[in-house]
Amino acid sequence: MNAPSITTSSARSPAVPTRFDLAAALKDSAKSALIAFGLSIPIVAYRTDQSGADLFLNPRWDMVAIFCAIVFGLRLAQHAFMASRAAREAVPSPTQATELVHAEPSAFQKASRFGIPFFLGVALAFPILIYLIQGGLNESRYWVDLGILILTYVMLGWGLNIVVGLAGLLDLGYVAFYAVGAYSYALLSTTFGLSFWICLPLAGILAAFWGIVLGFPVLRLRGDYLAIVTLAFGEIIRLVLINWVDLTNGGAGISSIPRATFFGIPFTAGEGGFADTFGLEFNGMHRMIFLYYLILALALLTNFVTMRLRKLPVGRAWEALREDEIACRSLGINTTNTKLTAFAIGAMFGGFAGSFFAVRQGFISPESFNFLESAIILAIVVMGGMGSQIGVAIAAIVLVGGPEVLRNLTFLQAVFGSGFDPNEYRLLLFGAGMVAMMVWRPRGLISERQPSVILKERKAISGSLVKEGHG
Amino acid sequence: MSTAGAQTHRQPGASPAAGRQPLLSVRGVKTYYGNIIALKGVDMDVHEGEIVTLIGANGAGKSTLMMTIFGNPRAREGTITYAGRDITKMPTHEIAQLSIAQSPEGRRIFPRMTVYENLQMGASINGFAHFDQDLERVCTLFPRLKERLQQRGGTLSGGEQQMLAIARALMSRPKLLLLDEPSLGLAPLIVKQIFTIIKELNEQDGMTVFLVEQNAYHALKLAHRGYVMVTGNITMSGTGKELLEDPQVRAAYLEGGHH
Repeated sequence: MNAPSITTSSARSPAVPTRFDLAAALKDSAKSALIAFGLSIPIVAYRTDQSGADLFLNPRWDMVAIFCAIVFGLRLAQHAFMASRAAREAVPSPTQATELVHAEPSAFQKASRFGIPFFLGVALAFPILIYLIQGGLNESRYWVDLGILILTYVMLGWGLNIVVGLAGLLDLGYVAFYAVGAYSYALLSTTFGLSFWICLPLAGILAAFWGIVLGFPVLRLRGDYLAIVTLAFGEIIRLVLINWVDLTNGGAGISSIPRATFFGIPFTAGEGGFADTFGLEFNGMHRMIFLYYLILALALLTNFVTMRLRKLPVGRAWEALREDEIACRSLGINTTNTKLTAFAIGAMFGGFAGSFFAVRQGFISPESFNFLESAIILAIVVMGGMGSQIGVAIAAIVLVGGPEVLRNLTFLQAVFGSGFDPNEYRLLLFGAGMVAMMVWRPRGLISERQPSVILKERKAISGSLVKEGHG
Repeated sequence: MSTAGAQTHRQPGASPAAGRQPLLSVRGVKTYYGNIIALKGVDMDVHEGEIVTLIGANGAGKSTLMMTIFGNPRAREGTITYAGRDITKMPTHEIAQLSIAQSPEGRRIFPRMTVYENLQMGASINGFAHFDQDLERVCTLFPRLKERLQQRGGTLSGGEQQMLAIARALMSRPKLLLLDEPSLGLAPLIVKQIFTIIKELNEQDGMTVFLVEQNAYHALKLAHRGYVMVTGNITMSGTGKELLEDPQVRAAYLEGGHH
């Protein structure tokens, strides 16, 4: 704030504590935990068990500790939440201001400046971190597998984000392109013996072609009507895959799809394999880690292309199309081409993800491409905040990783009894989460749209012009 | 921006380009919404360097005529010629590429995009050929926009949004500017400002302006010529001054309003 000519004359409210006072919050949380401790002594700490005619007191101090920890954590979270809200209210929001606004980066931009490198670093180092934590390649298999799954959905989310988030075309049949990509790779590699690296672009091109095929009939549709047609398109592709047995082997699916190779070197135990070539001891996890980095690279490619396109006329035209189609046309934008490119490029990334899916699984069947998949991908995009890349990534981690975390919450069995399976409550929690989102963040986790052009100081407001034009 | 025809010999009420081949000519245009006829055979001319206004009551078909010129909806009968080319059947985006620009009714700015990005959208027709110059120009015309370049369009006030809609249309350096009710819902002072700017554009840059307005007094005072539309027909035409003094126009559109 070093532009004195643009003084926001209204005095800032001075007394608002914008800094989060950690010590006080910890103290208060500890107090709450202490109260919880006192309360739980008569209620939780002892259980009476009957054995014959005698009553036994069964101490349950571990439960008390869990309760106190929960209370402590919740209280601390509440403090943090209140403090951040107070800080937010103290600073006028740039999106609401009718007073002058500085061309300074918003809080979101500041956060993302550190957040994005952090996320990227964690993603890049993930297999190594897991290896160190779990203490071995084989032990980390589950986590790397989960990482691959999450990244697949991140990529699908980013791909669909082009269609839904940027161009504003509600697509409920995105899984169709995922299926086209997967079957393209499966069929091309099993029939013609083409390698993954040749099939990957082909799968993308085929999916983009089907994107255009879908695009043509729905050019005139918007909103609900478009959603219904795309939903039908997704189902048609699935039904064709089931019923065209000659080509796709029907519901039985295609098995023994060739595995990915390390640029020609197979991940096999014998001579000439990956481990042999690089002088390592053979381990099946090499392939998994390679797949992890492959999908990470594909996802980052999707992100990179999207970010670049947003700055180009075509990307801006997508966003303008989402905002107002009529205005778009009267500004000379060919909305037909704009929509078709959005469908095609979105579908292309779906196709890439599909062929990755096929090479990872080694087996595909129409079962994998049902409507629920489309719904999850769309939920990722909507929850993340339409058009926000980082929001989509966070939503994918929450929606795909969340159920896996539930599976591991075995300590809850100590609370609710041994028959309790937290995984059974997955959909309940999913629904509750959705409702909570609708109430608190109806426009998604990160609803703030980042401008594609951030003006430098050179173009910032010149104070001498401010007085003119006031009406 | 160099067609300087208008600035030399502009007298109130006299059309600067009368008699020449019109820049835009509308002949016998009929437009339907489904089976409902909205324009019942409209004839109208706009000459180069003129400000022509179209006034009329709600639902007379003013905006429909404006949108028909832009090909959305298409005219079912009749012809629309622009600079000697028949544009009746052209798609909207191609018409927009013929250096006609429109500031549509209800502003229709892009609310989640910044003012700067909105202006970029306006310039995309001519491929950003003179983007920096044009940006400078509209910022001089509308200093309020310059202050708010980084702000989202949706956070602007109504007057600022209208300014943005006009500025966005100007970014393509149009020869013909179509404005649909730029005064709608704005404070009188802002209306005055906007009309001053329209006049400036016409006199300094020689821009031809076709203005659809309900604010008949201001519009007729500004315009060289005017048309009056009643339920899909042009019922009256003349110079701005003639129409302002016409007792019928006065009774229908001016009495009880501004004087």
